[in-house]
Amino acid sequence: MPLTIALWCVAALLGTVCLAVAMSRVRRASQIVYSLSLAATLATLLAALVHLVVGAEAAPVVVLQLGLPWLGAHFRMDALAAFFLVVVNLGAAAASLFAIGYGRHEHAPERVLPFYAAFLAGMNLVVLADDAFTFLVSWEFMSLSSWGLVMAHHRVRDNVHAGFVYLVMASFGTLALLLAYGVLAGPDGSYAFAVIRATHPSGGLAAVVLLLVLVGAGSKAGLVPLHVWLPLAHPAAPSHVSALMSGVMTKVAVYGFVRIVFDLVGPPAWWWSMVVLAFGGVTAVMGVLYALMQHDLKRLLAYHTVENIGIIFIGLGLALAFEAHGMPAAAALALTAGLLHVFNHSVFKSLLFFGAGAVLTSTGERDMEHLGGLIHRMPQTAFVFLVGCVAISALPPFNGFVSEWLTFQAILLSPQLPSWGLKILVPAVGGLLALSAALAAACFVKAFGVTFLGRPRTGAAERAQETDRFSLAAMFVFAALCLVAGILPGFFIDALAPVVTSLVGERMPVQSQIDWLSIVPIAQSRSSYNGALVFVFIAISAGLAAFAIHRLASDRLRRGPSWDCGSPDPNPATQYTAVSFAQPIRRVFGTFVFRARERVEMPAPGDIRPARLTVQLRDLVWELLYVPVASGVTFAADKLNYLQFQTIRRYLSLVFFALVSLLLVLAAWP
Amino acid sequence: MAIVLELAFQGAQMLLVLLLAPLLTGYVRKLKARLQRRVGPPLIQPYRDLVRLMRKEVMLADNASWLFRVVPYLVFGATWVAASLVPTFKTGLLFSWSADLIAIVALLGSARFFLALAGLDVGTSFGGIGSSREVMIASLAEPAMIMIVFTLALTAGSTQLATVVAYMNSSEPGLRISLGLVLFALTIVAIAENARIPVDNPATHLELTMVHEAMILEYSGRHLALIELSAALKLLVYMSAIACLFAPWGLVTTGASPGGLAIGVIVYLGKLMAGGFLLAVFETAIAKMRVFRVPEFLGVALMLGLLGTLLLFVSRSF
Repeated sequence: MPLTIALWCVAALLGTVCLAVAMSRVRRASQIVYSLSLAATLATLLAALVHLVVGAEAAPVVVLQLGLPWLGAHFRMDALAAFFLVVVNLGAAAASLFAIGYGRHEHAPERVLPFYAAFLAGMNLVVLADDAFTFLVSWEFMSLSSWGLVMAHHRVRDNVHAGFVYLVMASFGTLALLLAYGVLAGPDGSYAFAVIRATHPSGGLAAVVLLLVLVGAGSKAGLVPLHVWLPLAHPAAPSHVSALMSGVMTKVAVYGFVRIVFDLVGPPAWWWSMVVLAFGGVTAVMGVLYALMQHDLKRLLAYHTVENIGIIFIGLGLALAFEAHGMPAAAALALTAGLLHVFNHSVFKSLLFFGAGAVLTSTGERDMEHLGGLIHRMPQTAFVFLVGCVAISALPPFNGFVSEWLTFQAILLSPQLPSWGLKILVPAVGGLLALSAALAAACFVKAFGVTFLGRPRTGAAERAQETDRFSLAAMFVFAALCLVAGILPGFFIDALAPVVTSLVGERMPVQSQIDWLSIVPIAQSRSSYNGALVFVFIAISAGLAAFAIHRLASDRLRRGPSWDCGSPDPNPATQYTAVSFAQPIRRVFGTFVFRARERVEMPAPGDIRPARLTVQLRDLVWELLYVPVASGVTFAADKLNYLQFQTIRRYLSLVFFALVSLLLVLAAWP
Repeated sequence: MAIVLELAFQGAQMLLVLLLAPLLTGYVRKLKARLQRRVGPPLIQPYRDLVRLMRKEVMLADNASWLFRVVPYLVFGATWVAASLVPTFKTGLLFSWSADLIAIVALLGSARFFLALAGLDVGTSFGGIGSSREVMIASLAEPAMIMIVFTLALTAGSTQLATVVAYMNSSEPGLRISLGLVLFALTIVAIAENARIPVDNPATHLELTMVHEAMILEYSGRHLALIELSAALKLLVYMSAIACLFAPWGLVTTGASPGGLAIGVIVYLGKLMAGGFLLAVFETAIAKMRVFRVPEFLGVALMLGLLGTLLLFVSRSF
């Protein structure tokens, strides 16, 4: 039943695509399309939620006569698919709600609306697919429709570049996945997941699959060094789409990884986890360091997605390590941590992108250096954005902390792992995780402080208006969810239990029965955390302090000019900017990672030119990995170029020789 | 009945830390003054300052937002909660399970997050310089602290502070390399987190060398009082944590006699006096370092914490 509902909703979304194309001249088209998307995704969300909580043991299958005639299109909703459907449709529903208001500011809605509904349908189909063919077609459908959204504002020069890089990387990723499924399908070419699951490959072939999936799903999710398209493409799209791409589409990629590595490919080898952990740790730290160097609000958020994907992969890698060494209880803890972070990140990252979108519509600016003081003009947006910032910085009592806390607890279980490589790697990864959490807090002090606090740096920031009520509603819902998932994490952990059981055969202890709704991953004497109590304690202590002081001491208040050590400067340019705020961290970490150099041009006395400080950062991943590949491709294309200007005789002989050599290869094939 | 008693202990601990924190700050100040051959302010000067500040009106910058006014209460609330979870004279407190060591570290991180935001709120250059340096210091101190927690948790097999303390109090730990590394690292982190010399100077009035003080430059009146009190509480938290982890003697457990309790409190005060004395001597003996030397200083803590964790991953007997 839930599967049928979900498939009908996808059909409705595809119908919405046609409607959106037909209504391209209708004035209220965007409200209609977004409302329809909202309804469809809400229905799917409910169906998936019911399935996850009530009937998770059942895994209904539907086969439609679409696609390849001898295969058909298989769809299935097991616990894993249901969980990711919840993530996808929760994000999609909120984005649609946000866009009912936000979409009014769109100049060319006909470039956004059809692709938007198609994008939602594509993501749902990837999660529902139960054979390799449907999976890959849906995956590519999702990639291409999101590419259309990245190119929505195609006259902006940077967007064209972003779209090109995205297209190349997406095709590359799909190619890797295609090959992975090719290996999985085996010699018989059976593409249905049920058959693949029964006849999973062994040894070396399984390892090839792992590496291909790491490249294919990892490039979509944004693992360093395959992340380069992400910070270009995510910010280029309209903000509600950025929220979807960052908060949800990267999770679909994580789904692809989990589905293949935990479900289809069979028992993991011990060294797989090392690869995944190393990628995860490097991605977490590099993502946040990149983010710290940004002053474009949306690009900063996109780089943070890279960081959080790293954290998720650390959880998944630990789960693989425990599973490979026959420790299912610990694997359940690590996998729960990773999946809970999938959910948490989709909530707070969508929230933050909505906030960035609200700022963008109200000021026309994405560059933090042109903003400031928005907390006065947009108090409600500022409040929810602050909630998102605290949540993503992994600070209690919000939800980001819970999943990182669980990951730390999983790391603390790993000394029991027998393999020496892991004994060295896991503490290092733990250090990287701690470092990335601390740097994330620094980065969001910067993001919130420079954008919303201080004094307005431009007229646009000074004239900002609070955003519309639909957008606010979407943001408030997610802000509330950040708090609820932070103070009552036990229910969310329990909801994940069927997913984890189906993948590693064990689950975390039931959390919702524990006294005071604490979460206890292993045993009370070992570790426990109670977000609700911490929240209540802070609220009571702060309230008590406020009450006592106001009542017993003084509650008088006077406004005046700022003190600033006696020499306040009215010019807002004297405030700290995003670049200057990050300077100490740039000096500590960037000198090595980005080869950061600062050059000061100080004109001679008497010269009236302004002094100048130039900061030079180099993106070594781009320079060392992508530039050589790109120049290699360009070189090869140049060399092949001469084939383009030949006589017809030469072309004919070329075709003839190609044909003959192909036939020879076929003849020689065993 | 037992639960009421436990609740009373928890309440007593909360009041005790609140009352002791300014005294500890005053005591360190007095000792430092004596070591520098000054008379120094009386021990109760911090209380007088707090009362005076609380009675004064708040002078708020024109463009300060609601966040600026809320932050002192949030910072105080988070720090106080952290302080009431760390054992002082009694371990196994009623609510000690509501947040383990990682959560306590993160609670202090929340307090710092909001304080750094407040530094940016008015939009002055001093606030900015303070916040930006504070987060730089935190970006190294916090991972170092997590690695320290890892080492302790791996030794004791738990991140619950009460369990770790019980383990340290038993005969099991003995002399371990990893614990030595952790003590060293924890001391460095405590110095950095509490803005003491050589990382920061709590008494400086030279703006360009300030970190913590620059961040709170715009605060006045009751807001400033709360922030000062939170800073004092934080010092007490770190000192109590080091004391209960590395000098767990005399800690009272559940079901102690009144006489035992009195001894527990006296021993705790003795530990604070010893800790404060060491801090004062250390601060007097050393010069403040340049801001960009601080990362190297904290890097040592981070590396030691990592080394401790690595050793324990290799073998639990280190």
